[in-house]
Amino acid sequence: MTDTVAITLNINGEDHRVSVEPRRTLADTIRDDCGKTGTHIGCEHGVCGSCTIILDGEPVRSCLMFAVQADGRKLRTVEGLAKGNQLHPIQQAFIDNHGLQCGFCTPGFLMLATSVLEKEPDIADADLLDALSSNLCRCTGYQNIIKAVRQAAIEMRGAGK
Amino acid sequence: MKPAAFLYHAPRTLEAALTLLAEVAPQDGRILAGGQSLVPAMAFRLARPTHLVDINGVAGLDRLAIDGNVLSVGATVRHAAFHKADPAFGVLGALLADVVHNIAHYPIRTRGTMCGSLAHADPASEWCLTAITLGAEMVAKTAKGARRIPAADYFQGIMSTALEPDELLAEVRLPLLANGTKHGFYEFNRRAGDFAIGMALVTYRVENGKIADAHVGIGGIEGSPRRVPEAEAALNGQAPGKVAFEAAGKATAAVVDPIEDTQTPASYRRDLAATVVSRALERAAA
Repeated sequence: MTDTVAITLNINGEDHRVSVEPRRTLADTIRDDCGKTGTHIGCEHGVCGSCTIILDGEPVRSCLMFAVQADGRKLRTVEGLAKGNQLHPIQQAFIDNHGLQCGFCTPGFLMLATSVLEKEPDIADADLLDALSSNLCRCTGYQNIIKAVRQAAIEMRGAGK
Repeated sequence: MKPAAFLYHAPRTLEAALTLLAEVAPQDGRILAGGQSLVPAMAFRLARPTHLVDINGVAGLDRLAIDGNVLSVGATVRHAAFHKADPAFGVLGALLADVVHNIAHYPIRTRGTMCGSLAHADPASEWCLTAITLGAEMVAKTAKGARRIPAADYFQGIMSTALEPDELLAEVRLPLLANGTKHGFYEFNRRAGDFAIGMALVTYRVENGKIADAHVGIGGIEGSPRRVPEAEAALNGQAPGKVAFEAAGKATAAVVDPIEDTQTPASYRRDLAATVVSRALERAAA
């Protein structure tokens, strides 16, 4: 046991002041210390992508960062996508296209796709497939996930995002 | 799957980072850059560093710029910096953009660094192959000074390099490529983004219809990536095309000493070496 470090994580616009050991991953801290359990932990070694969040605009595996590294930075998790009862276009697109089955991988895919489409609204389809190959879905519903993200891409471009 | 305890340091200057590293290196203190290989190793407890010196906040290490005839890549420059070919980097920029999409996955590339890959020295690292094929130079720094290590002297086997424990790989210097230089990369693996089972990177120029200054590098085949002089000799002075490319592939397969793993015997990698070299050459010519 090492001494804990006091840090502040800004998650979806809200500051969370927590004390963590340096070895504590960002994924565990988001879930257990900040209570945002929408971020899922699958493999804990960066392979599955379930814990993908958006850190200062970039998609990252939150199991491959220590929480102390995110001190003072802006994080976005799946809880921040919807505005009240209004789903984010990517969430609606996953429903419309049956883009989820058991739903375990879904938060990771939503955050991955959201950050990629925000960064590159006009992304080429081949590059979009390359980006989506980052995450695993053990229900193997990849075709519907791809359909959903393509639909969201069109809607997000239309919304001028 | 939880890392063992360590003490965390986040220096803001290079001098502070190097002083800290000198102090903690004898106790298995390590540099933390992108963390995309070190943190998984810590999760499995294959690595249990007692101290981590996080260089992500060190001013100046994110420098990516041309110095004369080389591209200087600082220790915290992410893989993703090469996603789009920067026209200012000429042919080298296009080569790096071609290679980078084979490195793991998008969210890994937003964190992982080129220098981190070079320090980790996985046999299947695309950047290690790039460094050896192009003849890069590593700039290793300690609290006492700096030295430059040519790629040919740097790689020393599976995950082994010439770096000392108290040295930080602060920068890698990649030579710019002359306009018109042909380049091709080919990687084989079984899943998108997985480790290469075998890969090749080639460059050459065409002078009077003949291949000149061929560089043929292979990665994932042996413990360290390397150039293959026999393949280069089979190319130089020949007309670019199927005959020369297949000869270079055969010359490679004849001289490699392949690594083995539970799924892949040495004989498989030997055959694969010929295939990846000839396909990289075909891509260069396309």
